[in-house]
Amino acid sequence: MLLEIEKLTTVFRTRRGVVRAVDNVTMSINKGEFVSIVGESGCGKSTLAHSVMRLIDPPGEISGGKITFDGVDLLSLSDEEMRKIRGSKIGMVFQNPMTSLDPLEKVGDQISETIMEHMDVTKKEAWQMAREMLEKVGLQPERVDSYPHQLSGGQRQRVMIAMAISLNPKLLIADEPTTALDVIVQEKIMDFLEDMKREGRAVMLITHDFALAAERSDRIAVMYAGWLVEMGDAETLTNDPLHPYTKGLIQSVPDVWMDKDIKPLPGFPPDLINPPEGCRFRPRCSNASEMCMKEPPEVEVDGRVVKCWLYG
Amino acid sequence: MSSLPAYIITRFLMVIPTVLILLTIVFLILRIIPGDPITAMVGQKVPEEILQKMRHEAGLDKPYHEQYIDYLRGVFTGDLGKSMIWGKRPVIAEIMDHFPATLELTIFGFVLSVLIGVATGSIAAFRRGSKVDSGMRIYSIVAYTLFIPWFGMLLQMLFGVYLKILPIGGRITPGNTPETITGLYVVDSILTLNINSLVDALAHLALPALTLGIVLSGAYTRLLRNNLIDVLSQDFVKAYRARGVRNRKVVFHAMKNAFIPVVTLMGLQFAILLAGAVLTESTFSWPGMGTFLIERIEYRDYTSVQGAIVFYAVFVALISLLVDVIYALLDPRIRY
Repeated sequence: MLLEIEKLTTVFRTRRGVVRAVDNVTMSINKGEFVSIVGESGCGKSTLAHSVMRLIDPPGEISGGKITFDGVDLLSLSDEEMRKIRGSKIGMVFQNPMTSLDPLEKVGDQISETIMEHMDVTKKEAWQMAREMLEKVGLQPERVDSYPHQLSGGQRQRVMIAMAISLNPKLLIADEPTTALDVIVQEKIMDFLEDMKREGRAVMLITHDFALAAERSDRIAVMYAGWLVEMGDAETLTNDPLHPYTKGLIQSVPDVWMDKDIKPLPGFPPDLINPPEGCRFRPRCSNASEMCMKEPPEVEVDGRVVKCWLYG
Repeated sequence: MSSLPAYIITRFLMVIPTVLILLTIVFLILRIIPGDPITAMVGQKVPEEILQKMRHEAGLDKPYHEQYIDYLRGVFTGDLGKSMIWGKRPVIAEIMDHFPATLELTIFGFVLSVLIGVATGSIAAFRRGSKVDSGMRIYSIVAYTLFIPWFGMLLQMLFGVYLKILPIGGRITPGNTPETITGLYVVDSILTLNINSLVDALAHLALPALTLGIVLSGAYTRLLRNNLIDVLSQDFVKAYRARGVRNRKVVFHAMKNAFIPVVTLMGLQFAILLAGAVLTESTFSWPGMGTFLIERIEYRDYTSVQGAIVFYAVFVALISLLVDVIYALLDPRIRY
């Protein structure tokens, strides 16, 4: 087991009240495994990823649980110890490549600075490594001398990936890496993430795109309103979803061949400051019953975890 | 960047119309306001024929348009003319007597304002929402709205009259003047290794420079705070941290980004600084361009006032050009 998240809770203390953005989430990622976290905007999937990196800024705070990465308890590390893990053991790619690079520094400077923060190499060696990394992600090595504004969105995202993998991390977290890119570029970036997996790295993909997750991942975790509602093998979960929310999510994916109707989920995700009593999906669920007024348990069904009374 | 020299030349050529417009306005205003240099100098009790004779010698009996053309011809051949009062010294020599004093005050005031502004602004940004932040924000508004002569006098009272630790006026104690090399007393004292003069010059600089520094720092506090807060919330800052870049370096990158608008403000402030120096100089009896200008306006010394304005205009233009070049070096997105 490479990454183990146990009963993780991350809250944001706002003026209106406490938002439990990630609520009691337990999941894990194996070495070399491609896991997608799927859910609507605001379901807590990004917060989950940022919690693993310990990049939650006030008023946000990890208020409970445990994160174990490669045998190390991340939440007990000092800031400096955690800094050494970021970038070198866990790489991260962000959603918007247009704003995730420093506009004032050359691509080569940004990559080599990252390398030099973790490795004892000279500037020259770091620049040489930067060239190699760019080549690896399919860019010309001469791009080291470019400034971010001279690159397209896809090129910038490649640069972000080059930086994220430059220190050969065991886990790559990609937070909606293709949301801001066009479909062709999206395919290439996703192919690249799969290559990462083939090289033995674990990938944690955060996405709202169920089809994308289904196509690329080994396992999928579905999040709803801060809860992990279902997690399991990608193929089984897609073909035979258990949780009503997962079912709704799959039915709402458009199909190019139009051989099925799109059934959008009715309603909206709940307000996390005042979540509905009991199951948080209850107000939108067609299977809701008396039972659902109490919080559902997490149950294991055929190697899958489901948080729903239908299986409790 | 290959076109940078071309840009500099273009920018410099743009100074010409600016100076021309300024000069015309000053030329007209000086002649519209009542009085002329001759009566201002010798008084009204002198017989009319002598006044006429003196006016003729100074070329003041010519029609305005002829005076104007004569003057312009002089300016464009690099001749600012001669002062119209007393010694009739060349205007450029008069300016050179007073400009180093102003430059010295301006530089110290400027550096202090940036240091104070950057310190208060970044502290406020890093402690956003705290009491310290509120304090800094109040400071910025108060500093910004202070009236220089009033604030200057306050400092004079405190440090000069009650505490008696700093001189309240002048540039240096008579007899302590260092040997002139650059005309900047601090620099000259260092070059001639004259510790005594250096301490004396710095003591005299302290209050006027602090007055200017504090009043002008308010704008930097506010601008840097708001910019830094904006930059710190940007994705690339989080991305730096996610790559394990040390906090100190992340802060450096954030500051660099937040500094771009501050550099623009520096260029704008420098012009205000020169204007502010006029008030500061009169408050602290500082023998600089401001004092010179006010004195010569009172004497209706047309050529000196016009000369000082041309000099200021060219100087401010050069500074803003310098700022634009720094801006381009700082921000790779700027191209000409």
